Formats: sequence, C-alpha cells, structure tokens
Amino acid sequence: MLYRKAPNTHNWYSGYNKVINVEEATEKPKISKVVFVFAVTLAVWLLFTWPFAPVDWATIIAGSIISLISGTILAGVATQHPIKALNPVRYFWAACYVFALAWWVMVANLDVAFRVLHPDVPINPGIVKVKTKLKSDSAKTALANSITLTPGTMTVDLSDEGHLYVHWINISSTEVEEATREVVGRFEWLLRRIFE
Amino acid sequence: MSEIAGQAIIIIGALFNLFGCIGLIRLPDVYNRLQGATKCVTLGTCSIMLGVLISAGVSPTGMKALAAIVFIAITAPTAAHALSRGAHKSGIPLWEGSVVDKYEEEK
Repeated sequence: MLYRKAPNTHNWYSGYNKVINVEEATEKPKISKVVFVFAVTLAVWLLFTWPFAPVDWATIIAGSIISLISGTILAGVATQHPIKALNPVRYFWAACYVFALAWWVMVANLDVAFRVLHPDVPINPGIVKVKTKLKSDSAKTALANSITLTPGTMTVDLSDEGHLYVHWINISSTEVEEATREVVGRFEWLLRRIFE
Repeated sequence: MSEIAGQAIIIIGALFNLFGCIGLIRLPDVYNRLQGATKCVTLGTCSIMLGVLISAGVSPTGMKALAAIVFIAITAPTAAHALSRGAHKSGIPLWEGSVVDKYEEEK
C-alpha cells in the first residue's frame, strides 16, 4: 500500500523552482535508502533515550520499529545516493566543515554585534547573485544554510541553473564572479568533498 | 569547574541573543533584521545548549541539548531563507539605502 503510485500526479511543492514529483517520490524505494533513513532515525532516537548502558530492550525495539516505518515512508525523499555515506573520507571533511562553520558563525556574530551596537548602524545592503558549481540537492542546501550563517550574507533563493540570490549586508562588489569568490568560496570546496 | 564553564557559556549565549534582539529593532528592513536575528539567535541559543551540555556532561540532559544544537543549526537558516523569500515574493521592498537587487531585476 505504501508504494502505490499517486493516482493524480501533481507537484508536491511547486513554489520552488525545482519541483519534487509525488510520483517519483512514492516509487518503491531502494533498500539502501531505507537503511540510510533507518540508521539516522535510530541514531537520533538513541540520542534522545540516552543512557542505554543498562540495556533497555523495550526502548530499542520500539525505536527500531518506528525507525523502520519512517524509513520505508521517507526513503524516497531523503537522499539520492545513500551509498556515499559509507565513505570515511567524507566524514573527515565533514568534521573539518563543522570546525570551519563554527569559526565563521563566531565571526558572523561579532560582525552583526558590531554593526548593531555601532551608533551609525554601518550597513550597505542589497541582493547579489552568485553561482555555485555544486550539483546535488543536499550539497546546495548545505551551502545555502552555511551562507546564511556566515558573516553578512543570507540566501534568499536558489535557481535551477545553480545561481543563488544572496542578501548581503555590506556589499563590496555587485559583479557575479567577485561576489561568488567572497560568498561561496569559503564553503564550496569543503561541501564538494563531503557531498559529491 | 565544568559547572562554571557551562554557566559562562550560557551567559555569552544570552548576550548574543540580546544582540540579536537589538538588531531586530535597529536594522532598517525585513531582510537586514532577519540577518541579525538569525545569526545571533542561532549562536546564542546554541551557546546556551552548549553550556547545558558542558555543565550536565554525558547525561540524558546533555544528549538532548546536543540534539537541540544540531536541529537549531539546521532549521534556523532554513526558516530565515523561507521568510526572506516569502517577503520578497509578496513584494516587500528593500531598504531605500540598498545598493542592488539582482533578484528583482531577474524575476
């Protein structure tokens, strides 16, 4: 029943330029995708039910059943290539990414604090266009979120051709190349190694 | 020791939350306000959670704080993105001192 195709194909969320098709999403999911979602969900469940040192089988079995159900339902929309999650090199770069992100978030906050507390509120805002070479959806999502958390920039929209529209609180250049180098350059190389 | 470190980080987090709120009042338009609010409130709340994690240690409370850090770090920027995009689509203009609006030009 879960895998039955939707009778009327309609766009799930057509507000975005990239449309997720319900028919594709409800196709019978690959087993690797189910396992991926299952593992992530179970890990979160175990984190919430910490500690499991005196093994509480009721909790673990209940968590496994719920993870399995959510895995079968959500496998189609979760990720495209779950097999990539087995590569340890990606986790190394992910750890580097977390440290880089933490550093830039700190810088971003001091930047905002400075602008907000300064008597003149020194801002020079606008929306610029930057482009990214990243292809996969998860990589683009992570890039957009990273841009929002880094100094002075916030992603407004993402186009199909790999362009991002970024609100920049203190513009130094309106040219696409120049803005790309300053805004996207911080994270793109790391995310390419993690997701692609 | 970890108690004091945790409390210090919680105070820093509360300070950044305060900066975020000041930004919400002082910055001119919805996009700039979202910038201030998102960045400062994300770091502020994550710092408070980190302080809880440090003072509670590896315990049920600490692990829930850790999960909360991850969820806030993922959802706060997404919410800011959705809000700013929605604001732009519904025609809210940028502040008059803005330099450029490539999004409006290419819509």
